[in-house]
Amino acid sequence: MDLHLPNAQPTPEERAAVAAVVGEESPLGWGLADVRARRHELLEVLHELQRRVGHISAGALAEIARRLGVPPAEAYGVASFYHLFRLKPGPPRIVHVCQDISCQMAGAGNLLQEGRKVAGTRASCVAGPCLGLCDQAPAIMVSQSGASPFERACGKADVDTVVRAVLDENPPEAGPANVAATPGHRRLLRRVGVVDPMSESAYAASGGWRALARALEIGPQGVIAEVTASRLMGRGGAAFPTGRKWAAVAAQSARPHWLVCNADESEPGTFKDRVILEGDPFALVEAMTIAGVATGCERGILYLRGEYPLAHERMANAIMAARTSGKLGANVLGSGVAFDLEIRRGAGAYICGEETALFASIEGYRGEPRSKPPFPVERGVFGKPTVINTVETLVNVLDIVTDGGAAYASIGTAASTGTRLFCVSGAVARPGLVEVPFGVRLADVVDLAGGLREGATLQAILLGGAAGTMVGPEALDWPVTFEGMRERGATLGSGVVVLIDDAADGMALLRRIAAFFRDESCGQCVPCRVGTVRQEELLTRAATGRAWADDGERLQQLDQVMRDASICGLGQTASSVVMSAKNRFPHWWGAS
Amino acid sequence: MISLTIDGRAVTVPEGGTLLDGCRELGIDTPTLCWAKTLTPVNVCRVCVVELEGSRTLVPSCARKAEAGMVVRTDSPRVQASRKGVLELLASSVDTSTAPTLVAFAKRYGADPLRYGPPAPPATDRDARESGHHHVGSGEVADTVHQPMKVDNGLYVRDYGKCITCYKCVEACGTDAQNTFAIAIAGRGFDARVSTEFDVTLDDSACVYCGNCVQVCPTGALMFKSERDARDAGTWDESQQTTTRTICPFCGVGCTLELTVQDNKILRVMSPPEASVTSGNLCVKGRFGVVHVSETP
Ligand SMILES: Cc1cc2nc3c(=O)[nH]c(=O)nc-3n(C[C@H](O)[C@H](O)[C@H](O)COP(=O)(O)O)c2cc1C
Ligand code: SF4
Ligand code: SF4
Ligand code: SF4
Ligand code: FES
Ligand code: FES
Repeated sequence: MDLHLPNAQPTPEERAAVAAVVGEESPLGWGLADVRARRHELLEVLHELQRRVGHISAGALAEIARRLGVPPAEAYGVASFYHLFRLKPGPPRIVHVCQDISCQMAGAGNLLQEGRKVAGTRASCVAGPCLGLCDQAPAIMVSQSGASPFERACGKADVDTVVRAVLDENPPEAGPANVAATPGHRRLLRRVGVVDPMSESAYAASGGWRALARALEIGPQGVIAEVTASRLMGRGGAAFPTGRKWAAVAAQSARPHWLVCNADESEPGTFKDRVILEGDPFALVEAMTIAGVATGCERGILYLRGEYPLAHERMANAIMAARTSGKLGANVLGSGVAFDLEIRRGAGAYICGEETALFASIEGYRGEPRSKPPFPVERGVFGKPTVINTVETLVNVLDIVTDGGAAYASIGTAASTGTRLFCVSGAVARPGLVEVPFGVRLADVVDLAGGLREGATLQAILLGGAAGTMVGPEALDWPVTFEGMRERGATLGSGVVVLIDDAADGMALLRRIAAFFRDESCGQCVPCRVGTVRQEELLTRAATGRAWADDGERLQQLDQVMRDASICGLGQTASSVVMSAKNRFPHWWGAS
Repeated sequence: MISLTIDGRAVTVPEGGTLLDGCRELGIDTPTLCWAKTLTPVNVCRVCVVELEGSRTLVPSCARKAEAGMVVRTDSPRVQASRKGVLELLASSVDTSTAPTLVAFAKRYGADPLRYGPPAPPATDRDARESGHHHVGSGEVADTVHQPMKVDNGLYVRDYGKCITCYKCVEACGTDAQNTFAIAIAGRGFDARVSTEFDVTLDDSACVYCGNCVQVCPTGALMFKSERDARDAGTWDESQQTTTRTICPFCGVGCTLELTVQDNKILRVMSPPEASVTSGNLCVKGRFGVVHVSETP
């Protein structure tokens, strides 16, 4: 069977963009089978086309079909799934203005309006989801395609910044994040802002690679034993025991095994992974190498959010430097064990943080989750046993290996061991990333971010992100532990703590969260695809004082069907903030 | 064989069988929309969900493999509520006028298609929508997938305002049958839709007009042009129709055809999914060639 190629022809530029990723054509020609095996390069090819040409054209799809064997309809389906790809020509400059809640409270709506006014045909000024710069809200991202392409994220934007960004000037790059820790507990953040993130020798001089050396000494079983003893729980949201995950993959007889680091961080309000990726990239390389070696993987993939250009640069540098210095490659630290890493970028789709959607995305398919079982430990990326962990989980492993699992487990509480990162934003004096041992009170977390902003009165706290819970000021007394939050019907999620003062319009925040889920639903299953739309419609009525008499019951039913019948966590949690707010803040619903 | 319990009754299904197989074995009528015997399960419609002991959420019976000792309920209020809720959401978002199965399920579960308000008027921009962006409506009407019908060839029409995004046509066009890949799902979320690349016409796409997508479509979104024309002319009359099985005259393979005939005219050609040669799939000659037999003077 031959693929039907569209009549459209690629331009020389488009051919070059595709070749830049998949290589020049071999003079012998590829068999179709060889071509097909390259489907996993589709996303990188689309990135390159977007970067050089500014959009994906019909001619580009023809070239993709020819070089990668991906049918044009499918490539179109993939390209149109991600919001960083454009499918029609447009101005080379796109300014993304974050509309999620930390930025909304900081005036992002106005920025978007003002940006659009000046944009005209010169640039596209578009609304977008959280850029992982909530500590520096409001945030924007500029992407420039064509002759001298670049991407840059910029925080603390004002109207002037946005206008200048739209008018082709280069806005200032976002500054470093504020970081703070409970005294004696600066572990995951120890190098951030202190050690040069671009220098391998600086990393080595600051205690880097010791954990890897130790891991090679104690061997895979030794590492897994320590991780199990540490009782480390995944920090990506599901709180699954990491040791159990690793042991399950190590025991699988199917080969190869894959290691995947989930750095798709897109939960609104979350920026912890970005701070580590930018501030201590070698630590992640080291942690991934330990994870890979311990679980029998020879290769690892870092799936990095498309909106993190600086993290990309620093991780790419760290991987190169680690290879050069013999920490990655055929002979890790001279041990004879092979392990290497590569980066794959997402392209603007929150759902690709869900592990099975992430695998599909890597493989060059639409980022649609699938039902589990089978679980990734059995069938993950490319259908092979896969360890998938988030950035924060992995970097914890360094101390576990160096100090031993038991020492690690002595930090925190019995059921929540170690330290935890919290992304504190909103109405606080020093928004930033905070590290605390599990078990402190939420108020301690907020205090490390400078406490409430002067003059602000606390109205509510968003815990855990858009998929988390809206709680009242009384939550400041709650202990931050997995179990403590669970008991109170809340969740730590990805460590989001957004302080909402009484100047904020609660219903406007809920509407934004509903809009977010509507935009980010993959669209596969009915409860989520349609339910998120109905939820937004219902909130629109409520916000404008036009709620229907039985809307309360309607919302209840929507919540139940989305939670019970959706395929994945997105649909299952799409109503959780709205429901918690409805119970806790009925006055946000107006008179009804 | 695997033994499990469904609604308090013991049942066994073969290794690799699903909860749906178990339900059917027990004669428990279970609604399905995206499932078909001949297609890989995608479990996206969620009307077949059941309660599985130990599972936080409901599970799709069509795809969930049976395991020894599973305890399943299909008759619990939770299952009933979810099926009703799913059908209500579906019926509120698509035109169900040619989807009798969906309408019957909705009725069975007491789903009210107007639960979320009157449907929004048809949109003309669905194929141009961009992921991550949507228009926020008034909230007074229920957004729908309604859009103008695509009539770009003489053989079949695509009326995606009736589409429930069950993926069946995409699967039939892809590795499950035709291996042509003329269509795929494009866009995201509520704007996800079946599309050729850049929404080009079928003539400009890879389509070979096998009609296998029409065969599997559960909603009438894909329909023979001859059927659509008869319906539009008001002459479609099921009481006057007969169904005749025959063997395709065009080549030696021997595909079974099932002809829908009215007033001596062939209005539709299907192939029984259980037919051993075809599994319901035909080529353009069998599917659309014989329609013209009755029209040749
Ligand atoms: C809708 C959805 C989005 C998710 N997004 C992310 C994400 O951005 N980053 C992440 O690490 N995990 C995310 N997860 C969780 C992952 O599926 C997975 O559980 C996690 O990466 C496992 O890592 P851990 O064991 O280290 O926590 C998401 C889950 C869902 C359901
Ligand atoms: S719950 Fe939502 S995001 Fe998850 S599979 Fe279903 S439609 Fe996609
Ligand atoms: S008629 Fe056949 S080739 Fe054309 S879209 Fe349908 S299944 Fe694909
Ligand atoms: S056109 Fe028909 S078969 Fe295809 S997805 Fe829509 S409803 Fe399903
Ligand atoms: S960057 Fe705007 S909310 Fe996170
Ligand atoms: S029939 Fe089971 S999910 Fe559609």
